[in-house]
This record gives sequence, C-alpha cells and structure tokens, in this order.
Amino acid sequence: MTPGTPAGRAGQHRAGQDRAGRDRAGQGRARQDRARHRRSPAWSSPARRSATRRAEARAALGFLSPWLVGFVVFTAGPLLASLWLSFTSYDAISEPRWVGADNYRELAADPLVLKSLGNTVYYTVLHVPLSMALALGLALLLVAARRWGPFFRTVLYVPAVTPPVAVGVLFLLLLNGQTGLVNRALRLVGIDGPQWTSDPAWIKPGIVLLSLWSFGTTLVIYYAALQEVPGHLYEAARLDGANAWQRFRHVTLPMISGALFFTLVVNTIASLQMFAEVYTMYFGTAHTSAGAEEGLFYVVYLFRQAFEFLDMGYASALAWLLFLVILLVTLVQVRLSRRFVHYEGRR
Amino acid sequence: MGAVAEVTRGGERARPAPPERRRRSVGGVVAVVALAVCAVVFTYPLLWMALASLKPRSEVFEGSLWPSTFVWRNYVTVFQEIPLLTWLLNTFAVAAAAAVAVTISSALVAFAFAFLRFPGRDLLFGLVLATMMLPAAVTLIPTYAIWDALGLTGTQIPLWAGNLFGSAFYIFLLRQFFLTLPPDLLDAGRVDGLGHLGLFRHVVLPLSRPALVISVVFELKASWTDLLKPLVYLQEPHLFTLPRGLKVVLDRFGQGGEMRWDLVLAANVLATLPMVALFFAAQRYFVRGIATTGGR
Repeated sequence: MTPGTPAGRAGQHRAGQDRAGRDRAGQGRARQDRARHRRSPAWSSPARRSATRRAEARAALGFLSPWLVGFVVFTAGPLLASLWLSFTSYDAISEPRWVGADNYRELAADPLVLKSLGNTVYYTVLHVPLSMALALGLALLLVAARRWGPFFRTVLYVPAVTPPVAVGVLFLLLLNGQTGLVNRALRLVGIDGPQWTSDPAWIKPGIVLLSLWSFGTTLVIYYAALQEVPGHLYEAARLDGANAWQRFRHVTLPMISGALFFTLVVNTIASLQMFAEVYTMYFGTAHTSAGAEEGLFYVVYLFRQAFEFLDMGYASALAWLLFLVILLVTLVQVRLSRRFVHYEGRR
Repeated sequence: MGAVAEVTRGGERARPAPPERRRRSVGGVVAVVALAVCAVVFTYPLLWMALASLKPRSEVFEGSLWPSTFVWRNYVTVFQEIPLLTWLLNTFAVAAAAAVAVTISSALVAFAFAFLRFPGRDLLFGLVLATMMLPAAVTLIPTYAIWDALGLTGTQIPLWAGNLFGSAFYIFLLRQFFLTLPPDLLDAGRVDGLGHLGLFRHVVLPLSRPALVISVVFELKASWTDLLKPLVYLQEPHLFTLPRGLKVVLDRFGQGGEMRWDLVLAANVLATLPMVALFFAAQRYFVRGIATTGGR
C-alpha cells in the first residue's frame, strides 16, 4: 500500500474502521447480534422482530427489483402479448388488427408448419439421445483415463466454444459431397459418402452430425457427475458378485440419473429451438431449394415469418404453438423422471 | 466395455492386488488411446479450418491439411475487403456490456434469494427457475416491439440492455455459490455495522470472485456467439457483431458468391479464436460453471 495516494489512504481508513468496529462490538454485542439473526426470542420483543422482518423484506424488494422489472417487462408481459398478437394481423409498422383465430386456422393448413415441425422433431429425436450416448461413453473413458481425464475433457470441449455461425460455415465445407473431409474420411474406409448439403434425404442427417461435434457441455456435466459416485458403492456391488455391466446398470446409471435427466430436458428444449447453424447453412441470400425445404427448422420458419415477411401475428401463433409443444414435452419428461431418476438422500 | 469396467473400479485404491492393478492400468491405457483418437477426430476440423484459411484460394478444396505455401496475405485481404476490425470491436463492446450487466444485476437478485428473508421467497425462486425453461422464441416478437417503440431497433442497445434485469441462469448459479459462503463472515460484517448493501459490496462480492468470473465468462461467450439478436436488431453493416457479419461474408464471398472461401475461412478463424483463447484462459471457470448447473 502506498501511503499518500488517495487509494492508499482510503484503504487504510477502511481497515482502521473495521478494526475499530470489531473492538467496539465486544463479546456481548456480537452474541446479541448473531442472536438477532437467528431469531432468538430471548433478545427481541415480537413487535421489534416483526419490524426487523419488514425492513428485511423491504431490502429484499430492492435487491429483487431488477429481476421483478425484467420479469414483468421482458418475460411475463411478452409472453401474454405474444398470445394476444397471435390473434391479430401485425406487421410491426401499423397497429395490430384483431383477426380472431385466423392465424391458427392458417397454421393448421400451412404445409410448411408441418414440414418445419417434422424437420425439428426428426433432428431432436436423433440429436438428443445420440449426443447423450456419445457424451456418456466419452465421460466413462475420461474417468478410466484417471489423471489424463481433465486434459482430454479440455480438448474435447473446445469445439463447443466455436460460434454457431462459424460451425455452420465450417460444416458447409466439411460436409461438401465432393471435397468435404467427411466424405474423404468415409472414402478411406471404402464408403461412397452422400451429398450431405444438397441431397434432400441427407441434409438433416448432416445437421445431426454437425450437432454432435459440439457435445462438450454434456460431456463436462457427465464427467463431473461420474466423479461424484462414491467408490464404496462399486465395492459393495462387487462383493455381491455384480459384473461390470451390472455395476454400470445398477450403480453408475442410477447415481448419475439426475445429470442424465437434466441434460435430457435442457438439450431437448435447445434442440427444438435449433436456429443459428441451419440458418447459416441454408438461408440468407444464397439458399438452395433442397436446403430451404429440409433445413427449414421451426424457429427458422418463425424468424422468417416475423422478420423477413413481417407477418408477426402469424409468427406469434407459431411461437405459441412452440411454447405449448415445449411445455408438453418437458412435462412428460418430468413425469417420466419420477420413475427413473434417483435422488440421493432427498426424495 | 473396458471403460465401464475401469470406472467401476473407482474406490479401491487401498487394496494391493497385483493382477487387478495390471488389468486396471491396461484399461487405463486403452482409455487414453481411445480418447487420443477421439481428441484428434474432434479437433481436426478446427485445425483444418485454421490451416485452410492460410491456403492459396485454389487449394481450399483439396484434401491436404498443410498449405503448399502459407498465404498470410489472406488475413490482410480480409481486413481490407470486410469491416472486420469494426465487427470485432462491436462484438467485444456488446459482449462486455452484456456480461457486466448480467453479472451485477443477477448478483443483486441472488443476494436476496440467498441471504434475505421475505414472504414468498421459495415461490419466487421457483418462478425464476421456470423462466429458464421458457423458449426465447416465444418472447422474441413482443420484445422486438418494445425496443421498436423506444426507437432503439437498429442500435446495439437491445443486444445487451435486457441483461440489466438479471437472468435466471446466472441468478441460480450465483445463489448456489452465495449459499456456500461461511455465515460467520456475514455475521462479522453485520457486527461491523454493514447494511445489506454494504454486506453485498464489501463481503459477498469480494468472496464470490470465482462465481462472478463464471458468470462473466459464460455471458461473454453467449453474447459473442449469438446470431439471432443481431439478425433481428441490426441492419447497418457498421453496427454488426461478428456472427451477423460472418453470415454476410458467407453469402457474399462463399456459397453463391465469389467463392472466396479463403477469405470466409480467415474471417471464421478470427471469430473463433477469441473464444478459444477465452476458454483456455478461463478453463476451470467454464468447467466449474457447467458442473454446478448440471449437478442440481
């Protein structure tokens, strides 16, 4: 500390105050103070206590205010507003005009809604289990590799920090039917790879492949969960004569089921909203007809309706349909989790 | 399968059993070799991207990893052809504002949930967690309408200002950390006559640096890599952030454009490199943050 500079003086000053404060507050005062916070009836009268409580609640309101304002203005408000907008015709320029259930009727008859929803569900159904299986397999390897585990965890996580747009650009080249690395690698093992980016049948599998590349977050979660499984459980299982598979099935899986469930829910919600990579690859100024059909994911369609065609009423109806789908899927998953998830010590 | 067998042998460090140990080390070696192969497969695309960005234009589509000559000029050209420096600075400014805003506001809210008693606390915290599950696409249009009504679309403000109101993920993360702080230190602060705000500033924040760094680092990454918001709010190229700009570069110079993939890849590398650097600089915070949220 340099005495003389304002910062140095301020620092000294505060340190001095702290010391003085501690001296002033003798043993008895400190005990009283702590007692007050533990709500000891010996010290304060009920009236006094409720006054402190009220003061604390008022302070809490202050601390919470950013979130409370944000919740009303940017979450609950927009959620309800989008419900209302879904019953209007709105182009962001003129006032919304009430059209009743027109948007929903249109939505039910729009083949692209079904197409984009189908594409998204197809992707989700493949991406979520495959990425979980890949992450679990590699997390088990990380544990087996012992002191090398953290090193490989770091290396395997790196793709996950790549910006989604960069991932899209990169995979346009990697998945290129003639020159891409993926097909070159397949050729090495004698497989003639498909036209990933132009054959309608292979566009979605290509996107699934892309999505598996950045599985790092799921990997880190599983690796952490596996390390928390107590060794004595394996010991006990072995004494009972359980083989490796049985120990995995009856010890490892139940003990990490919380992490599995968490990633299932979070990855499903994220997959149903897949946007940046597909938009980068197949939309914008230079999109192909195959990409525009097969790469049309639900949120891409929603985005285009809202911000390219300025049909924001219709897009709001799309948004609410998505909201209901995600809510339903999540509720089903939570319900199922009650049967499969094992919560150690907090049932 | 070997891996599974390995895992299951976690807790028997003490028992000296020679055949077991040999099998264990064999399993360990197999795991390391398998991981090394996977590590190569997963990092190869990034390596390829970095090297391809240094290739002569005609060579990008050739299979070789190594460029025949290193064309460092690609990186000069990309700065001349594209306002990349502006985009880098824009992205950095927006990401920094987003990260600082979300960390401070979420810490305030997390402080209330961790240390203050008030009616309906658990209910409200449940509501915070519930908003984490809310799809962003559902609130996108009305949120746009709000910024539009304020005359702020077409500026960078909507990209970060929403973060001033805290965010469920960070509130949860910081609260979990706050709850691990030793209560005695807070009591000592109270004894010293600190009010709630004083406790927050002089006791809780200084002790929570790791959690605050996690929050900053996560939001830097989230903001740096986001495409949707810049796509919705920004029309003018001089305001673009990198993902938004990169998409334009791809459309203009890549597919359907002039086929200058060397430039597209150079821009791609420049957008990715800061994130890789951030990750290596703050690795343990990334890992800890992810493990905290996944383990609940």
